[in-house]
Amino acid sequence: MIAVPQAVLETIRSHGRESYPEECCGGLLGSLPDGRGGVRIVRAEAIPNASRERRERRFAVDPRDYLRLERLADALRLSLVGFYHSHPDHPAAPSEYDREHAFPFLHYLILSVERGRPGEATSWILSEDRGVFEREELRLEREDSVERG
Amino acid sequence: MPRILLPTPLRPFAGGSASVEVEGATVAEALSGLVHAHEGLRPHLYDEAGRLRLYVNVYKNDEDIRHLQKDATALGAGDTLSIVPSIAGGSPEPSALSNDEIRRYARHLIMPEVGLEGQKRLKAARVLAVGAGGLGSPLALYLAAAGVGTIGLVDFDVVDDSNLQRQILYGTADVGRPKLAAAAARLRDLNPNVEVVTLEERLTSANALSVVRDFDVVADGTDNFPTRYLVNDACVLTGKPNVYASIFRFEGQASVFWAQKGPCYRCLYAEPPPPGLVPSCAEGGVLGVLPGLLGTIQATETIKLLLGAGEPLIGRLLLVDALSMRFRELKLRKNPDCVICGPRPTVTRLIDYEAFCGVGAAESSPVVSSAVVALRSDEVSVEDLKGMRDRGESFVLVDVREPREWAISDLSDSVKIPLGSLPQSLEKLAKEDEIVVYCRTGGRSGNAVQFLQRMGFAKAKNLVGGINLWAERIDPSLPKY
Repeated sequence: MIAVPQAVLETIRSHGRESYPEECCGGLLGSLPDGRGGVRIVRAEAIPNASRERRERRFAVDPRDYLRLERLADALRLSLVGFYHSHPDHPAAPSEYDREHAFPFLHYLILSVERGRPGEATSWILSEDRGVFEREELRLEREDSVERG
Repeated sequence: MPRILLPTPLRPFAGGSASVEVEGATVAEALSGLVHAHEGLRPHLYDEAGRLRLYVNVYKNDEDIRHLQKDATALGAGDTLSIVPSIAGGSPEPSALSNDEIRRYARHLIMPEVGLEGQKRLKAARVLAVGAGGLGSPLALYLAAAGVGTIGLVDFDVVDDSNLQRQILYGTADVGRPKLAAAAARLRDLNPNVEVVTLEERLTSANALSVVRDFDVVADGTDNFPTRYLVNDACVLTGKPNVYASIFRFEGQASVFWAQKGPCYRCLYAEPPPPGLVPSCAEGGVLGVLPGLLGTIQATETIKLLLGAGEPLIGRLLLVDALSMRFRELKLRKNPDCVICGPRPTVTRLIDYEAFCGVGAAESSPVVSSAVVALRSDEVSVEDLKGMRDRGESFVLVDVREPREWAISDLSDSVKIPLGSLPQSLEKLAKEDEIVVYCRTGGRSGNAVQFLQRMGFAKAKNLVGGINLWAERIDPSLPKY
């Protein structure tokens, strides 16, 4: 389960809208796992899409951005628990390419952006054997229910 | 000793630590020491052949070892190695086209507005046609021919002789078959690359959202107001474009309702007309080719939306008059007070559309062979009527159809008062009379009976199923139309 505050989802949706027709991507900073595999996202950090080709269908995170996000997470006493990216004009379901390039234990949030309009968001985790992407529950949280600190 | 920084997802395999100190003079030695100390890390860093996985980057301080000496990069005591997952992904590639498909779509592929990319978009697209009748026929045929990958069809009718004058999906051999079975077979024959998804039931408030959500574009080819409002509202609530057309006799309308970009159907028609005021095609007739004109306009607009090409019919109502062969256009504006797509919506979920339109479920789609329908006190069955006539009971039979219809079939002892002239013709009837009113299938006569009762003709009753059911059950020598 991944809990996402409404405001964080809005940040991601705006990023998806602004980046259309290209894919956007960013890191998800959150609380440490709660022991049952669930995480709570506290912050979404936009990063430039470093894919060198066809950014309307591909995204890549520059490893230096990855390192920067890890340092940011450490400084905020949070964890880099996953990444989001958009699927322009495609459903919010992982592609085979997503699966091949995914890293285990990270949460992958996918936002569908249909003709520039952000749509459905879903979240996925790679199974430990890397065989399949498993969809996890994405729980949207109203701002006032988010725990602080 | 050099230090190795682990990314968050790998930390659980190293006892939760963010960094591990290992022996090693080179990157290869340090990493080997790392997985030796924490075996759980091995499958995530190395593949079966013992090579570093493609999605694992290793940085010495701030430099990628691929730009240094790779595995052999030397490490000093103060150096930090970072293991950095390579994060990448993307959306699914649009389905590739086979050589057969490339030949089939050759005339599309050479147009700049379509091209290979556009044709793949069509293939990946999902379009829902609500109604597989006059409008749905050309719409579905052209979408299938154009290579729209998934076509959903909603209908629950059986092909009838009277459909063939305009519903070009069907042939004479299909009469009596369920429409969707016949339509799916025809579309698959036209283009086997197309997936036809059939929903053989009425679209209702209970199922519409989940059905519509599954498609990219919805094309409304329905012939009744409750379904039209239902389709509109479901599209607004799910954010889908609704490619609309309607037809009557020689005239048609078309538009694209898409609440995100322009008005919706309710912005144009906030409320349905009073029941019975606007005759359906079954009651008023329609030129067979007219749904061909309008259905192909719907297909054109659908394909344009999918391609993102040209200027969609959003915010414009196209009026077609086939008799004068004139096309006019009205500008449509979003209604700021629209109850569903305005800024302060009061309709936030699907409602009871039969009630909203003031019709019963049966009236919204005339069912001629409604075998078992409980009669109300102001209704009579065709069998009742036969008994009344056979027994020579005293009553007045009133035909509220149009003069043209009398020539097709007729109950000879009836008083002929077309529905439109009923209010001016009340002197032909007496309030104490037993009155039985009929039309083709019982819709118009039902309205006439309601009107008569309001005017004090308390004994007026409606012939359920109309003259067509009479022809079916009592007098097979009469034609049904």
